[in-house]
This record gives sequence, C-alpha cells and structure tokens, in this order.
Amino acid sequence: MRNIIIIAVILLFFLHQDFWWWGDGSLVWGFMPVGLAYHAAYSVAAGLVWALAVKFAWPQTVEDEAGEAAERDEGAATPS
Amino acid sequence: MTSLVIIVGYLILLLGLGVFSARFFRGTSADYFVASHSIGPFLLLMSVFGTTMTAFALVGSTGKAFDKGIGVYGLMASWSGLIHSAIFFLVGIKVWAIGKRYGYVTQCQFFRARFESPTLGYLLFPILVGLVIPYLLIGLLGAGAVMRGLTVGFFPDLFPGVMNPNLGRMQFVGSIPPWLTGLVVSCVVLTYVFLGGVRSTAWANTFQTLVFMTTGIIAFWMIAKRLGGFSAASAQVLANTPQHLAREGMIGRLEFFTYCFVPLSVGMFPHLFQHWLTAKSARTFRLTVIAHPIFIMIVWVPCILIGIWAAGAGIKAPGGNANAVLGTMVAELVDSPALTGLLVAGILAAIMSSLDSQFMCLGTMFTNDIVFRLFGVDRFDDKRKIFLARAFIVLIVSITYLLTFFPPPHIFDLGVWCFSGFGSLFPLVFGAVYWRRMTRGGAIAGVLVMVATWLWLFTRDMMYKGAGGGDSLILGMMPVAIIFSATLLTMVVVSLMTRPPAPATVEKFFPNASRERQTG
Repeated sequence: MRNIIIIAVILLFFLHQDFWWWGDGSLVWGFMPVGLAYHAAYSVAAGLVWALAVKFAWPQTVEDEAGEAAERDEGAATPS
Repeated sequence: MTSLVIIVGYLILLLGLGVFSARFFRGTSADYFVASHSIGPFLLLMSVFGTTMTAFALVGSTGKAFDKGIGVYGLMASWSGLIHSAIFFLVGIKVWAIGKRYGYVTQCQFFRARFESPTLGYLLFPILVGLVIPYLLIGLLGAGAVMRGLTVGFFPDLFPGVMNPNLGRMQFVGSIPPWLTGLVVSCVVLTYVFLGGVRSTAWANTFQTLVFMTTGIIAFWMIAKRLGGFSAASAQVLANTPQHLAREGMIGRLEFFTYCFVPLSVGMFPHLFQHWLTAKSARTFRLTVIAHPIFIMIVWVPCILIGIWAAGAGIKAPGGNANAVLGTMVAELVDSPALTGLLVAGILAAIMSSLDSQFMCLGTMFTNDIVFRLFGVDRFDDKRKIFLARAFIVLIVSITYLLTFFPPPHIFDLGVWCFSGFGSLFPLVFGAVYWRRMTRGGAIAGVLVMVATWLWLFTRDMMYKGAGGGDSLILGMMPVAIIFSATLLTMVVVSLMTRPPAPATVEKFFPNASRERQTG
C-alpha cells in the first residue's frame, strides 16, 4: 500500500501540469472554467491521497520514539 | 458606521479570546514557547492554515486572477495543497518528534545540534530573521492599505485624506489612515501574544481562520447574486474577456511548473516550525495533512472566480491596483455596510493570523538563540525566560511598526522573494531529517550558496524593475528554481566531500536507522 501511495503522489505531481486544458476556456456546470474545475478537483484528490497516506503509511515509529523520549525527558523546556 | 461596528466588534472579540486563552497559560517557558505540546488536531489545523494563508489568500488571489485569469489557482493553490501537506507529513512529524525528544523550540537549536555546528546556528539566525521581517512589514502595510481603501468617507472630520499631486485633489478623504490601522493591529496582536504566548496565538488563529473563510464565502455568494447568478457572471467573462477562462497567453508553462518550488517554503518557516512543536502527538498532524488542501480550495476557488468575474464585468482596478478589486467589487456591486465590515474583518483576520505567529517566533528566537546562547540558559529561571521573551516580542512589534513609516522600495515584490529564500533552504531541513550522511560542511556551504544566489538574482530583479518594470522570471522559470537547485547541489556535493557526522549524532537523530542496522 505504501508503494501505491508513493506512486499516487508522484502521479499527482505530474497531473498538475494539465497541458490538455491549457487553452480550453469552456465552462462546466454553466459557470466553472474547466481548468479551474480540474484544479479544484485536484485539491480534493490531494486531500484523498493524503488521507490514504495517513491511514496506510503513517510513520508509527516516529510517534513511539517521541512518546518514549517525552516520558523520559518530561519537564525539559529549553536545551542549552 | 455599521462597517466600523463590525470591525471594532471583531477586534474586541479577538482580544477577548486571546485574554481568555491566556487563562490556560501554565506559567512555564515550555508552555509559553510550545504550549507544553498540548495542542489538539482542530487547533493545529486552524493555526497552521491561518498562519500559511496571508491576506494574499483573499485580496491578492482575487487581484492576480483579475490580471492573469484562472491559472493563478493552479500556480499557487493546487501546488500548495499537494506540497504543504507533503511537508507536514514528511518533515513536520519528524521535526515534531525530534523537537519533543530534545526540547528544541527554534530551528537554530535543531540545526546546530543536528550538524554539530554553533556556526550554522549563528549563520541561520540573521537569514531567518531577515526573511521574516519583510513578511511582517507586508502584513502591517497591507492591513493599512486595505483599511484605508474600504473606509473612505467614514470620518471626514477626523481624517482629511492625502493630496495626490498627479490628480491634483485629495484622496482617501475620511478613511482610517495606515498608521492608525498598524497601531491598532500591532496592539491587539501584541496583547494576546504577550499574555498567552503560542497557546493564545493558536486560539486566536483558529478564530481568525474561521472569520476569513466565512467572509470569503459570504462575499462570493453576494457578489454572484448581484451579477445575476454564477452562470450569468461567468457568461460575461466568456463574452468579454475569454482569455481569463484559460491559461494560454496568460501564464507560461515553465512558470506554472516551477512555481512548485515556492510552497516548499513552509518547510523552513520559523513560525510554522514553532506551531508544529505545539502538537500534542504525531497523530495530531493527521487532520492537518488531510484537510489542508481542501481548506485551500474552499478559500481560493471563490476568490479566483470573483477575480475573473470582475474582469468580465469590466470593473476597473482603482489606480491600476489589482489588489483593490475585491474591495471595489464589494463596494460597487453589493454596497452593503455589513459586508464591507465583514470583508475588512476577514482581511484583517487573514493578516493577523500570520502576524501573531511571526511576532511570537521572532521573540522566541531572540530569547533562545541569542540571549540563552550568550549568557547560558541555566542563568535564567522560568519567570525570567518568559519575561525576556515578552520583552523581545514588545521590541520586535515596536520596531516593525516604526519600520512601516519607512518601507523599503518594492516591499510588496519582496514577498515572493521571502518565500523563495525559505523555499530554497528546504534541502537543509529535508536533508537534516532524512540524510544521515549530510554534514556540517554541506549545510553551511549550501546556506552560503543560497544567500549568494538569492542576493544576486534579487539585486538583478530589483534593478530590472527600477529600470522600468517586468516580471521576475528567468528563462521563463521562477528564480526559486535556480536558487533551490544551486543550494541542493552544493549541499550534496560538499556533504559527500567532507567527513560524515559523528556516530553519536547519527544515533541521536536517526535512532531507528541505527537499530535497524544493528538488528539487520
């Protein structure tokens, strides 16, 4: 799953360059320029991909590490 | 007068919330600087979103879409949605864990320890402060300009306006002058930052983010209604300025692509670094990572549509200033004092939600990176630490306010250059958390190359503008692409040529990798 998410993020990176709508000024739903609708959907897709990343590729070890250390170092405010 | 009541009411509410949140202040320096790592998912999302979205999200996006059409969304918003969340996920969580583990509250502390180099800390400090200060100035000057434009005629007896020698008449008669707006904004922000530190900042940012998101949606709805509905508004654009509906001839393809380097700046913003550290746990980041791109869409899509509708409706930008288009649309089409008041409150909210975090982080940096380094942290008890931080925050707010009376030329052009500087430093933080082999020499050389390249391209751009305008592109690319590449290349090459970090440092910052190596 982690690999699928990496591929999805890379794909999203390249899908940003939507040259196929570049000169297209047509409207969808009667008011939304197609290029803007595409990029609005792109933002939603980005949210969905990051939701998948959070669900299936969450760095659990980082969380545990900080948790263990925080208990150990409780009270430390500023380092010298 | 309704507008003014709404604006004053908003400021009083904000102040009240700041004072109320300060009641939760635990009286320790850890609470003042990082809210004792106690901020939950919703507050983190709202404070991080509010901090990254400046007034540009409402005013600048509309103005830029008025000039360049819908491509502005892809250029700035959709890139940011993807890349900001990637940075929160890949860098933010790691930085939070390291910061919590070793008690870091500033970037200089972290980089100094990771690269075993006090020199790097001293080198980075003026660069980070130097890149934040113009950003602060833009916020205060922007607030002044917006307030002046939207309150014309409010107090003709108090403020006679300013003489415009080109027009031969008075301008902005009766409007609130920028010095007064700057003073009020500075005092409000200072009060809650002073009292509750980063916890009050997070609470205030949450309120401000809700205000500017709601305002944007209300303004969008009312403007669309007055233009005859969504379809009629867009039909006017199709008929009168169809170029605004696409990107051909408005934005270059290379510019569109290389803008991806600009949102990397969030990885190096000192104020975001501090907000990350306030999180209660790594899990707290989950909501921010998922919702950030969608929040950007909610704010930006209406503003981009308002911008292109203004172009289609033949609205004239006052004095050629596209940033005034949103205010003009509200004034000419809606003519509602309540909406004007809400709009000003929303714009102030967007500005102040960034300003407070920046003031807070500069106070934290001066206290921790200068005073504690020079005199030793053990000489100060918690009360003195908080006193020092507060004193520095007052000093920084005062200096910034005074600087607004002497703004450097092209201050608003400086905004994108600040972002470019932070974005070009991104390899430093990414390498620090992911590349064990990255060395002190690589980090220092990379930072120096970044400064040199930035100064060279910045000076070139300012001279170009001084000679008669023009944009900042180089071979069709954003300058940040060049500065970033030079910085990255230098960091990699010099790191490979110099001695690797000490094993103890690698073990300290990459404990899992060391464990895996031992078990493998």
